[in-house]
Amino acid sequence: MNGMENNWKTIPAFHPEFDIERCDYKNGCSICSKECSFGEISMHPVKDDDGEVRYRPRANLTACNSCQRCVKMCPEGAIHIEFQPMHTSHGYWTSDYASNIWRQAGDEGGVLLVGNGATGPQKRYFDHIMFDACQVTNPSIDPLREPMEIRRYLGRKPAQYGEEIGPQLKLDVPIMFGAMSFGAVNKRVQEAEARATKDVGTYWNTGEGGFFKDLRIYGENTIVQVASGRFGVSEDYLKSAAAVEIKIGQGAKPGIGGHLPGEKVLKAISETRMIPEGSDALSPAPHHDIYSIEDLRQLIYAIKEAMEYKVPVSVKIAAVHNVAPIVSGVARAGADIIAIDGFRGGTGATPLQIRQSTGIPIELAISAADTRLREEGIRDTVSLVASGGIMCSSDVLKAICLGADAVYIGTPVLVALGCGLCQRCFSGKCAYGITTNKPGLAERIDVEQATQALKNLLHAWGEEMKELMGSMGISAIEALRSNRDRLRGVGLNEEELRILEIKHAGA
Amino acid sequence: MLTIDTKGLYYKSLNRHIRGYLAKGENRILLKNILGQRYIGGGLNSDALLEVYGTPGQDLGAFMNGSRVTVFGNAQDGVGNTMNAGKIVIHGKAGEIPGHSMRGGKVFIKGDVEYRAGIHMKEYLDQVPWLIIGGTTKDYCGEYMAGGKLVVLNLNNVAGSPVGQDIGTGIHGGIIYVRGHIEPHQLGIGASFSDIDDADSAFLS
Repeated sequence: MNGMENNWKTIPAFHPEFDIERCDYKNGCSICSKECSFGEISMHPVKDDDGEVRYRPRANLTACNSCQRCVKMCPEGAIHIEFQPMHTSHGYWTSDYASNIWRQAGDEGGVLLVGNGATGPQKRYFDHIMFDACQVTNPSIDPLREPMEIRRYLGRKPAQYGEEIGPQLKLDVPIMFGAMSFGAVNKRVQEAEARATKDVGTYWNTGEGGFFKDLRIYGENTIVQVASGRFGVSEDYLKSAAAVEIKIGQGAKPGIGGHLPGEKVLKAISETRMIPEGSDALSPAPHHDIYSIEDLRQLIYAIKEAMEYKVPVSVKIAAVHNVAPIVSGVARAGADIIAIDGFRGGTGATPLQIRQSTGIPIELAISAADTRLREEGIRDTVSLVASGGIMCSSDVLKAICLGADAVYIGTPVLVALGCGLCQRCFSGKCAYGITTNKPGLAERIDVEQATQALKNLLHAWGEEMKELMGSMGISAIEALRSNRDRLRGVGLNEEELRILEIKHAGA
Repeated sequence: MLTIDTKGLYYKSLNRHIRGYLAKGENRILLKNILGQRYIGGGLNSDALLEVYGTPGQDLGAFMNGSRVTVFGNAQDGVGNTMNAGKIVIHGKAGEIPGHSMRGGKVFIKGDVEYRAGIHMKEYLDQVPWLIIGGTTKDYCGEYMAGGKLVVLNLNNVAGSPVGQDIGTGIHGGIIYVRGHIEPHQLGIGASFSDIDDADSAFLS
């Protein structure tokens, strides 16, 4: 077997290159090797021209995945990342597929894990959808001089006059931070999310990893999750939040559960998840008390009863093939909010094959769900939240025109905190200190700065949405909800246009 | 003790009444003519006692955090679902998933229960959930169990094994005690037999 080793050797696709003319190694700088948490850069003794032995940075060619931390932290701008495709001569077998086989046949074996969202070449429908704008026949609005309304309320609205309105969430911007549990991200990230959403007037989601006692002062801006593992779920946990979300599925890994290995369950994780230190944390694929829409209704109402009907209950599902009838069932089961997570949605860890090949795009899913609910006359009984693949403010507005009431963003939050999208969130080594609890790494997140970054992001997207609305002559975002008339498709076929319920450009 | 005749009362009004009386300081409530009302005791966190006469519906004591419920009759599915603290006593049989994901408190069921008893029970610090079954149980008992104590007593001495197939599939914490015989093929993946030690004897006695 050893004889095969070289055959399987995988050369990393990326490695850092050092411009030694610029590098400050002569003055003892070794920032890059300290900043690289993956062990790719080490300092090696080299005899210089003057005969002196000094330590220079060297790439170990073992671990780089282009997170770019060293590039950004180098005070001299002396580093860039080289892309080294492993396999270039074959038109069909790209380097990704070949290197995955080498990894599996070599010492890794088993199921390949990744973090983040799907990277495949599937069509990004948002890019094929264009907004309308006012010209001549109707006036546009200048958001700098006229009031613009982007506030949204999530929750059950009366289906007819006189019906009781359910508890509502008030969003001053129609953007919430999606579920990222403690364990997937660290407490500093969660605290920044909590503070930013409190200041801006929206919500963040704890994910299924529990809710720190000392962050519960932000409960009014917090959505807590009840997932299949029921980690940290207790009566006071539920009552600490503004809404409770039942997590059925997630776009990055529809239909599968999770497994946090015991060695990662350290003191803090043990506290929030309420399990012993060192114990494995298993989230089963299904909820063991939910095998049908009727069972889901039972859990929704168990939570509503325990919460005395004071907060809305959300149900989060992954966007899958039959999303429209599933959403209809979930609405009829009594959910106040349904969050639909497209296949581009991110995660801390998921099997590569599931991330890349399971689920459907959020644009099609949200449109199909909205259409179905309207056809059935129950659209107002529930709010829809779109997530999974939202990358900018126009995506948010397009999602709203396709039928969403608001969106969740996850990856944009991480990117705002510096994430370099290297997709190794599961490794616990995140060089930006986001998806790690390691002392020395987690401190790379400064809560004050992170809070400000997230507030800036929400503010910027909000302003951009007002600009877009102004150009369409719309002053209240409510007027855009499910408003397909202000969208046109470019380069979409008839079936795609039918599902999105939009006309082609020019029509 | 306050008595409520629950005949014809829908669960929403019943549970609202119960919460209302408890808020007014009532500490013991007797519920007469219970017939399938769900979520009785759901999310209660006082030390109140509910005495239930009849057959309560699904999710009895779900998310309960410290109260006591005694049922003089049979119970349905989801007894003590995700319960955190408190005590539930059933003087009869219970349906599926009793003790699902419970993290603390004690559930005593005198008679038999159905499938997946004690599924995903877990413990934390001094919170160790007990699910004590007087009768027998069926397949997938203790599946995904991560902590706590599950006891199957077979008090009626039913012939054969008092548990079904795939007992403790995926178990990674906690202990299942069974009074009676289990064939090795009844064990699920992850479960294994072990001898009773002093701590076990002390708990069981």
